[in-house]
Amino acid sequence: MNADHPSMNAGGVAGLESRSREFSALRLLQWSLLRELWEYRSIYLAPAIAAAIFLFGYLASLFRFPARMRVALAMEPMQRMAELWRPYTFAALLMMGTMLVVAVIYSIDALHGERRDRSILFWKSMPVSDVMAAIAKAAIPIVVLPLTGFVATLAMQWLMLLMSSAALLASGMSPSFLWTQMGWAQSSLMLFFHMMLLHGLWYAPFYGWLLLVSAWARRGVLMWASLPLLLIGGVEKIALNTSRFAELLGHRFSGGSDPFPVHGDMAMHMVPVDQLGAFLARPGLWVGLALTAVFLALAVRLRRDQGPI
Amino acid sequence: MACIEARGLRKAFGTTVALDGVDLKVDEGRIVGVIGPNGAGKTTALNAILGLTSYEGELKVLGHNPWRERDRLMLEVCFISDVAVLPRWIRVGQVLDYVAGVHPQFNRTKAESFLAKTAIGRQRRVRELSKGMVAQLHLALVMAIDARLLVLDEPTLGLDILYRKQFYDSLLHDYFDGTRTIVLTTHQVEEVEHVLTDVVFMDRGRIVFQCSMEQIESRYLELAALPERALSAREFQPFHERQGIGRTMLTFDTARHPVDRQRLASMGEVRTPSVADLFVAVLSQQGQMAGGTK
Repeated sequence: MNADHPSMNAGGVAGLESRSREFSALRLLQWSLLRELWEYRSIYLAPAIAAAIFLFGYLASLFRFPARMRVALAMEPMQRMAELWRPYTFAALLMMGTMLVVAVIYSIDALHGERRDRSILFWKSMPVSDVMAAIAKAAIPIVVLPLTGFVATLAMQWLMLLMSSAALLASGMSPSFLWTQMGWAQSSLMLFFHMMLLHGLWYAPFYGWLLLVSAWARRGVLMWASLPLLLIGGVEKIALNTSRFAELLGHRFSGGSDPFPVHGDMAMHMVPVDQLGAFLARPGLWVGLALTAVFLALAVRLRRDQGPI
Repeated sequence: MACIEARGLRKAFGTTVALDGVDLKVDEGRIVGVIGPNGAGKTTALNAILGLTSYEGELKVLGHNPWRERDRLMLEVCFISDVAVLPRWIRVGQVLDYVAGVHPQFNRTKAESFLAKTAIGRQRRVRELSKGMVAQLHLALVMAIDARLLVLDEPTLGLDILYRKQFYDSLLHDYFDGTRTIVLTTHQVEEVEHVLTDVVFMDRGRIVFQCSMEQIESRYLELAALPERALSAREFQPFHERQGIGRTMLTFDTARHPVDRQRLASMGEVRTPSVADLFVAVLSQQGQMAGGTK
């Protein structure tokens, strides 16, 4: 194809010295991520709004809390933990659901929106490679959103703890049980692993696939993303009368047997760090990450040759 | 050094041939207007130069292979492809921050001083700006980048005459310094021809004419003759003829058929053809040649 001429190259390089200064890849990544946060404000607004609504609801339920606490304290230790943890677990699940929705919406738009609004011509006029753009866009659902979800959940749980302590103090009860017996350190670590490893790395191939389709489709990204999956499942069912593919997707989505459960009562009996080794040794994790890399490489190839839709 | 050097550049989209063997050499310090009808391959050629599309053939831009090294090339090349490609959601302040963040050749102070002359506020989002203001903002960004090549593909399409004039005035007075190279396409040829140093005419994926403005001045003549005088003027073998209001316009290529300028002047008004008129003349001649070979 494009033959290189060493003589032409040499001439070019000699004349370029004054302007050959480049910024580091880290700096380019940082600005590429920041630009995604500017565009997709739901990355931080959605968790903030979800947290605000939940906390408001929690606040409204607090007047019954001292009575519930009295009942809980009289329960069996296991039951008591389950009872006291319930709202905190619910807060975590709400945040996970929110982040999942944001991640899916983000991924189907990330490489499609810039073509739709023609801004791809502006982004490509900057000295940022397509690989860097794809890495930044993949990092949002795989790293940034799980991290945001973790921080938001933690903040929510702390506020809930403060609010319920205040409610207990107001009714003359001691909140010390809530502070000392709930296993906060361990559950926070478990939550961190759950978000970063399960929602981030384990789900990565889903996001890689969505990003690929978002780079390819001219419209109807979600339809094009789900159609092949339904088709493969359907053909398998008709041809072989099995549903291995659907099971595979289900297994992936449910996290296999979740090694990092966020339910507080279970967290009490597990040491998150011990689970880490087993999780990292799962072949499924690495197959998934390899698949993600393939999807992203294809997305980069598509973006290189694409202009506005 | 040549800023752009292309040999046998080809690009096809399915069965449509967009570039059909383009040879082009643009030296540094020139302002080149690429002119052609819709579908002539202008944008495809510029996209190849900018590394936005793959191609067959040889192409070097400032010594780089644009397809393989787009990000590196963009350290020294700026472009505005079409109006209104700035993301609509971005704030003016954010776009300044971003370009300063990723572009080592960007001079933020310079961009700010360009913007200070406009009514564009830092907090405004691009979607809140008028089309003309978006073009001003984009130009302010581009002019603050110390690039060696600037490519403009229809940068003023859909803007009113005031903005268009302002755009090219700033480009010429605040940006062009004689060492930079500018390549631009536009349909409003008459508005840019005083800015250009060279013109390139494209048609059906090929370059059909390439000439510097000085050469056009010394080589081409246009005679506006009364219809009855036109007959005697034809002995100098004009290569194109068209009817104006009460005048017949004849275009001469003096390099191919020398003319007696004094005699020509006695037949009517003699002047250098405008780029637009020359374009029409060259293209219709091409059309005749193509028709003749059939």
